[in-house]
Amino acid sequence: MAADEPLVLGIETSCDETGVGIVRGTTLLADAVASSVDTHARFGGVVPEIASRAHLEAMVPTIERALKEAGVSARDLDGIAVTSGPGLAGALLVGVSAAKAYAYALGKPLYGVNHLASHICVDQLEHGPLPEPTMALLVSGGHSSLLLAPDITSDVRPLGATIDDAAGEAFDKIARVLNLGFPGGPVIDRLAKEGDPTSIAFPRGLTGPRDAPYDFSFSGLKTSVARWIEARRAAGEEVPVRDVAASFQEAVVDVLTRKAVRACKDEGVDHLMIGGGVAANSRLRALAEERCERAGVRLRVPRPGLCTDNGAMVAALGAEMVARNRRPSDLELSADSSLPVTEPHVPGAHQQHTHDHVHEISKDNLYS
Amino acid sequence: MDTATPAVTVALHDGTSVIASCGQVDARRHGELLLPAVDRVLAEAGTRLDAVTDVVVGVGPGPYTGLRVGLVTAATFGSALSVPVHGLCTLDGLAYAAGLEGLEGPFAVATDARRKEVYWARYEDARTRTGEPAVDRPADIAAALAGLPVVGAGAVLYPDAFPDPRGPEHVAAGALAALAAERLAAGQQLLEPRPLYLRRPDAQVPKNYKVVTPT
Ligand SMILES: [Zn+2]
Repeated sequence: MAADEPLVLGIETSCDETGVGIVRGTTLLADAVASSVDTHARFGGVVPEIASRAHLEAMVPTIERALKEAGVSARDLDGIAVTSGPGLAGALLVGVSAAKAYAYALGKPLYGVNHLASHICVDQLEHGPLPEPTMALLVSGGHSSLLLAPDITSDVRPLGATIDDAAGEAFDKIARVLNLGFPGGPVIDRLAKEGDPTSIAFPRGLTGPRDAPYDFSFSGLKTSVARWIEARRAAGEEVPVRDVAASFQEAVVDVLTRKAVRACKDEGVDHLMIGGGVAANSRLRALAEERCERAGVRLRVPRPGLCTDNGAMVAALGAEMVARNRRPSDLELSADSSLPVTEPHVPGAHQQHTHDHVHEISKDNLYS
Repeated sequence: MDTATPAVTVALHDGTSVIASCGQVDARRHGELLLPAVDRVLAEAGTRLDAVTDVVVGVGPGPYTGLRVGLVTAATFGSALSVPVHGLCTLDGLAYAAGLEGLEGPFAVATDARRKEVYWARYEDARTRTGEPAVDRPADIAAALAGLPVVGAGAVLYPDAFPDPRGPEHVAAGALAALAAERLAAGQQLLEPRPLYLRRPDAQVPKNYKVVTPT
């Protein structure tokens, strides 16, 4: 790790995790996360107002914990990055407000960055600089998309996305049908290991010859699984939970990996990055590994803790913004719950020279 | 600073008087407006944030999303600058401002709580609240407050329930800072900078799994 690499603190509050990470270049120094997931569990999903309240409580303690963990002083930071979208509006606003206040108080440049681009960029902390272009499959409770990123700081192109449920959402819903609680991903992954993935032939959405090659659909699968279970219950038969979990999971990861590998081939990209909470799924990782190897594609999947939402991924993208001299955001930066994936960051409206001027002013606010 | 009402308001107080202030009324843009307002106030006063010794923030009650902007901003300033952050009830700030405009007690303060309700509290005089702030439908408290002047946007919104509305309509950070300075000088403890939501979060437990098979 070179001392001249940018030292950046990143804040993530787009959903139910209050995350603060600190990186130097592509080196992870701290990854502090406070989660409100347990509070949401009894509601079977993330409750936005509960998440926002929890972010407010956790924000400053999590920042302080991250600084302590990294062993750096806030004054040495080269920038503050924050998820400005997409995500839950009220939740994002807590993080954006905190990041702006922190950047202003310390006289540091502020970078409002895209949550999805951050999910891709986090892999730099695990496997070093991203190849350019990078093909990325992002799968979580909120998103399922295939993205091609020639430059993670400025050029991210959507190739396809789910047309209905996100992959992680399907896991949550099936877990609810099976009375397995929330979130559904980890428990289905665990049970599926003891089941037979070929025992029930659940449908693979959008895999017909005339279907969009890179789009996903998990709604039909979800209904099909639910009907299958209900039919067993109606007949008074026991539901083979492990086989259902394994067969359902196989249907999801089969489509995800098949389309991702095809996108790599079609675009001539020899790397595939998989990120987002569902990338923690062990079967997805195994099948992707298998298919990538067969296709001559190198697979990059960060460790599970970096796949779920965290502040380190935001810091990673922020560090890249600093390294590539991208224009910082300004103090008017707002949370944008539907920030398009094509906007990796939200540069300020000011021209570059004006912005330097703003920084002059900001520097005045430092403990000179 | 205060973001508990449609007003985004910031002021700098030197212990004796307000030396700069800035306020905008826009219920939907608290997040965008607050930091630029802080910057403007400091620039106008010709000083810098690191010269500030205490941060005071309105803790509401107020609609949550906007309220949190002020609270998290204040808390973050406190952490970055290592200065204390104090909370004050937003309604107390309005009462104090009404006092500065000459209103004597008793009176009430009411702000818009949306959903056809108001956040309100009763005051003996501009500095003395009697009882805790509450959230209610105007018609349900009209009788209890009959004959009292009512300060704030909540009174303006519901003239049937509150026939004697008084100004100011929105809280100004200058009044909040002045009240805080007065109390700190008198050695009084202010509130923790934590939100007064007064309502539980809207969180509906999803009904039991809905069967998708048509019966
Ligand atoms: Zn995410």
